[in-house]
Amino acid sequence: MIDTNQDRSGKRSARSLTDILYSESFRTLIYQVALAVGVALLGLYLYQNVIENLSRQNIATGFGFLDQVSQFEIGETLINYSSRDTYGRALMVGLMNTLTVSAAGIAVATVIGFSIGIARVSNNWLLQRIAIAYVEIVRNIPVILQVIFWGAVIRNLPAPRQAVELWGLGFLSNRGLTFALPATDPAHVWMFAALIAGIVLAIVACHMAKRHREATGRYIDMLWPCVALVFGPPAMVWLGFGAPHDISFPERQGFNFVGGATISPEFVALMAGIALYSSGFIAEIVRAGIQATPRGQIEAARSIALRPRFVMRYVVLPQALRVIVPPLTSQYVSLVKNSSIAVVIGYPDLVNIGNTVMNQTGQAVEAIAVMMMVYLIISIVTSLLMNFYNRLVAIKER
Amino acid sequence: MIKTKVAGLSAVAGLMLGVAVGSVAQAGAGDTLAAVKARGELLCGVHPARHGFAAPDSQGKWSGFEVDFCRAIAAAVFGDASKVRFVALSSQQRFPAIQSGEVDVLARNVTATLSRDTALGLNFAPPIFYTGTGFLVRKADGIAKVSDLDGAVICMAPGSTTERNVAQIFAAAGMTYTPVVIENNKQLVDAYVTGRCDALTKDKAALPGVAAFDTENPADHMLLPGIYSKEPLAMAVRQGDDPWYDLVKWVTYATFNAEELGVTQANVDEMKASADPDIQALLGVIGDNGTKLGVDNAWVYNIVKQVGNYEDIYMRHFGPETPVALDRDQNTLWSEGGLLYGFPMQ
Repeated sequence: MIDTNQDRSGKRSARSLTDILYSESFRTLIYQVALAVGVALLGLYLYQNVIENLSRQNIATGFGFLDQVSQFEIGETLINYSSRDTYGRALMVGLMNTLTVSAAGIAVATVIGFSIGIARVSNNWLLQRIAIAYVEIVRNIPVILQVIFWGAVIRNLPAPRQAVELWGLGFLSNRGLTFALPATDPAHVWMFAALIAGIVLAIVACHMAKRHREATGRYIDMLWPCVALVFGPPAMVWLGFGAPHDISFPERQGFNFVGGATISPEFVALMAGIALYSSGFIAEIVRAGIQATPRGQIEAARSIALRPRFVMRYVVLPQALRVIVPPLTSQYVSLVKNSSIAVVIGYPDLVNIGNTVMNQTGQAVEAIAVMMMVYLIISIVTSLLMNFYNRLVAIKER
Repeated sequence: MIKTKVAGLSAVAGLMLGVAVGSVAQAGAGDTLAAVKARGELLCGVHPARHGFAAPDSQGKWSGFEVDFCRAIAAAVFGDASKVRFVALSSQQRFPAIQSGEVDVLARNVTATLSRDTALGLNFAPPIFYTGTGFLVRKADGIAKVSDLDGAVICMAPGSTTERNVAQIFAAAGMTYTPVVIENNKQLVDAYVTGRCDALTKDKAALPGVAAFDTENPADHMLLPGIYSKEPLAMAVRQGDDPWYDLVKWVTYATFNAEELGVTQANVDEMKASADPDIQALLGVIGDNGTKLGVDNAWVYNIVKQVGNYEDIYMRHFGPETPVALDRDQNTLWSEGGLLYGFPMQ
């Protein structure tokens, strides 16, 4: 293409109107403005179409329904909820459930994905083959089938009356995994606060050790001090409260179990399905990251007598993470979106509850809009967090 | 290259402008009857698989109580009960489908309620089936009545009136339960059959079908006695098209009235020669009932001849010889103590 923007006469002041009209930057601008106007008009048209048709059919519109009483119960709730609460709160319960299953799924997928990814480049022939087989199986079966598969497996566990007893600590049945849990105690809140404080202290201490190393070149092993900093304060609080050790054991009563805590079959099936599916992709991302580190770097690190774990930590990982983190972000985002498969097996996630709300109020457009907005926000926040992490691990060009 | 770009762009922009300036597209407004006639077939929204009400048979031919009411409307409009296209709709899809004009009439186990009538922009024809919330349980669990279900896990479909009814029944009795809500009917039934739930709840009329077709041994399961809510199942049309609403309404009444007057699928041809003016008016021998509704005067004759009166339809799908045999209970004529009361056709 000829660059028409070039002023061939060499005199800027002499540009005529036609010169401007034919200049590439002006035309590019026109295209962009036309496109923006077109998209805006299309959006306006769709919006007006929906509003006009809804009002002509006397269908209620607007978001007022969020304040109405829902009149339905939800199986799993993290916040207090009953059928006397509002639709808005019901959707909030769904959102919490979506976030819970996504967070658990991301954690599990990451652990399995990194393990398999490292096994994939292992020198152990058997380990490597098993990893390859795992990756090919989990990433080539549609995620919805995997979720249904795990759902079916769990449903065919024994009924509560014949539940498998787990060393007196819990039961495994088709009602889920019920297990013993320390009985609720006021000390727990303070222990949690102490844990957070311990983590902050550990981070500060490690940072100071790093400064010290960079300034003096002397390495201080901070592993055990940091473990002590993280777990010490909660332990001291626990002792300070007189070491409460009552444990709530689950017992068979009526149809189900009473006491302890239960992880529902729907949660496990959904989490397993989406996490295993993603772990296959994560394993490949990790493998690619490790293999992207030049061999010479590793050999050089060894030749200066770095310990193997430092080779991994200071040479391989910083370079591998640079390759791993960006595609990992999209895996996390897609895992969150995959959690909407919950409807198939009946886990009360945002979409499942949104469906009920939609059906009871009849306000499909608004209910779908709420769900879309929520997923968009979750995905964007996930991306932002991962981008932030990416900047941390990116190699700093100095 | 630039030229094609400009041409393409202006075409796109022109299209968008034209669309935006032009009138707002209409979703299923206006004269449904004329649209149905012009299309040559009726679009009827039905349940994907509810034995007795609507389910495709092994040949893929739709069969069921509500399916036959769709056919009755087609018989009235076209004089041909086969001119129906059945659209299987999940409980989520059903209301958007009728609202958007994807189907002309909804005969899909819809309970007529105030908020559906108003906020959803629907109009309900007279109920064709009266039922209520029912609970299916395993006999081995020793549950004899609903009050034995305290603490139970209960499987149900989302967005149904059932979901609300169960919440109310349990709240009123001061009991608790854990709902497991599954949209896919197969998965829902499977959750009950495998024992994930202690009870499956649906409209009472739908549960014998589940026991008969989906469980290994139907005798191991039982319906809990009593009906715990009002579920008048009715055909629904879009609000704002009165002539079409009238037609669906009077097709429903026609099946009631034919039964009341003793006009059956078997004897409808003889009945045409009857001297009873009510029967003559019903079958279009005298009067112009059909013309008033915008269809052929022999519309009721066509319905009864091709589909049957209410009793014919009921017995075909819920009679004693069928797999989902159901007593008629309230679904009998008013004159026999039931709730079916056809308005006079004069």
